[in-house]
Amino acid sequence: MTQQDLNRQAVQDAISRMKDQPGALLPILHGIQDSIGHIPEDAVPVIADALNLSRAEVHGVITFYHYFRQTPPGRHTVQICQAESCQAMGSEKLTEHAKQHLGIDFHETTGDQEFSLEPVFCLGNCACSPAVMIDDNVYGRVTPDRLEQLLNNARKASQ
Amino acid sequence: MSTKVYVPRDSSALSLGADEVAMAILVEASKRGISVDIIRNGSRGLFWLEPLVEVETAQGRIAYGPVQPQDVPGLFDQNFLTGGEHALRLGLMEEIAYLKNQERLTFARVGITDPVSLDDYLAHDGYRGLRRALQMSGAEVVKEVTDSGLRGRGGAAFPTGIKWNTVLNTAADQKYIVCNADEGDSGTYSDRMIMEGDPFVLIEGMTIAGIAVGATQGYIYLRSEYPHALQVLNEAIAVALTKGYLGENILGSGKTFHLEVRRGAGAYVCGEETSLLESLEGKRGIVRFKPPLPAIEGLFGKPTIINNVISLASVPIILDKGGAFYRDYGMGRSRGTLPIQLAGNLKHCGLVEKAFGVTLRELLYDYGGGSASGRPIRAVQVGGPLGAYLPESQFDTPLDYEAFANLWAVLGHGGIVAFDDTVDMAHMARYAMEFCAIESCGKCTPCRIGSTRGVEVVDKIIAGTDHAANVQLLRDLSDTMLNGSLCALGGMTPYPVLSALNHFPEDFGLKKNQQAA
Repeated sequence: MTQQDLNRQAVQDAISRMKDQPGALLPILHGIQDSIGHIPEDAVPVIADALNLSRAEVHGVITFYHYFRQTPPGRHTVQICQAESCQAMGSEKLTEHAKQHLGIDFHETTGDQEFSLEPVFCLGNCACSPAVMIDDNVYGRVTPDRLEQLLNNARKASQ
Repeated sequence: MSTKVYVPRDSSALSLGADEVAMAILVEASKRGISVDIIRNGSRGLFWLEPLVEVETAQGRIAYGPVQPQDVPGLFDQNFLTGGEHALRLGLMEEIAYLKNQERLTFARVGITDPVSLDDYLAHDGYRGLRRALQMSGAEVVKEVTDSGLRGRGGAAFPTGIKWNTVLNTAADQKYIVCNADEGDSGTYSDRMIMEGDPFVLIEGMTIAGIAVGATQGYIYLRSEYPHALQVLNEAIAVALTKGYLGENILGSGKTFHLEVRRGAGAYVCGEETSLLESLEGKRGIVRFKPPLPAIEGLFGKPTIINNVISLASVPIILDKGGAFYRDYGMGRSRGTLPIQLAGNLKHCGLVEKAFGVTLRELLYDYGGGSASGRPIRAVQVGGPLGAYLPESQFDTPLDYEAFANLWAVLGHGGIVAFDDTVDMAHMARYAMEFCAIESCGKCTPCRIGSTRGVEVVDKIIAGTDHAANVQLLRDLSDTMLNGSLCALGGMTPYPVLSALNHFPEDFGLKKNQQAA
């Protein structure tokens, strides 16, 4: 099966598992993004059809929420907290360092498809600012050196 | 018998390496042929000491911290399993002043128990509230909550009992209990700590609410940034369901309450209750007009109790010990305790649950230990990104909803973020507008357009362009947002903006006495 077939399969699976729940759209979108990393464009009409919604409505929901993405992410998603508590502890410098080190801006992915960089507004780790999340792991009191080390570890893990 | 060793599974502890420490202890113990029983508890909330390891001894639980994996062999060498001396030894956990001086009601079990062990929960007074509630009528349960004086801990501070009473008295074929776990405010993490450290107390609180008002379905709307909380909640819900504390015929009472966790998707505005309900219904999180109140037409158009995590998690102790017990804590019209979260530039960041009335200064210096950087604390933002900035001259204010309202400030969800004297308050005002622009749902014009114009106006003030006119324009714009926005996002963004301008005019290129301009 091609990647596209696998993606289609994942979309169908999420829809058939969850379409009968009340308020099923967000759970379905989460299901799809959990398994393939983003919501592919060709999933929109399939979801719309299954939930008896217009494509515009489904598109509107996907684009409303910062968490849902329409393009494939890199192998690792790096989120750096931009909120006040982390600002008070130097997140702006850390963010600049990350952008320079990876050579990308927010909402971009490195050329080798390794890292996607995203802003995030609070990880609930405000007692250990500045905070960073790499995939599902949160890190606290992150210095620029520590960030580089974490990125290197992530890069090694995917080799 | 193997020694019990506690290593937290709380996200913040994990963010500092708690998993690696737990693994190192296991490896070292097996190397030495010693049997240890590692329990992954919630965090005690003394985050500068995390990863904090506790060992159960005959004298009580002895704490060591902050522990790094490389410290572990040395801890074994010094017999930490029997409470041995070591540079990281902190003594009896319960005797550490930061913890000892608190009044932990809602957080009574957090850090003490294994979060997903129902037996542990029951052994520490768990489900006593529900058992009592099952002997009472719905109206009696609601009255107990009303009598406690509990006000919504999400930030709006609306009396919880009154909300419940409206749902109780609205007839419908279906009602809902919704827990707002979209804890998006910077500087707040008490919801996360409860969900990760004592999930059963939230489940119990929601079950009591359901039984009281006749709601059979509950949802916890959890932000997507909290994957660990999701895991712990789902684990605890599955246990409660298996043991008859959720589902059909709860504890043989014939009452039904189902509970499900739903994930948000990174929209700050979904912490606003009507926007949250839209999101739960599978739509864009667009704010609704009120009325109708959610208590009358809420989720799927049905009567709905929507409460913050801490409000619901405070219900079990109120039902267990009575409304009067809870009401006896606090001051004025702020009754009970508030789990305060110290964050930002402080030496000792952490969770401090205290009765209302403690002053900001006590929290910043006695608990927080002053700034982490060692520089003077210049400004403190209380109540999240929509909360006012307070200058040093206001640090003696007691934590009380009305005292803060008198200063044109808010307590919000109890988050306190400290900044040292390197902060640029014009920059923070700009950030407040920018955040509002990023997170606005777009329904009302003052918030949607006002926030973007706000960023531009602050930029002009910083650049010194037509200075006096732009300062006036910022005030006018703030007035429009304050009075014309549909919800607190646009309506309260002026709090950080104007408080920064009024208390720190010098950062906006004004002289100190020019603030009335």
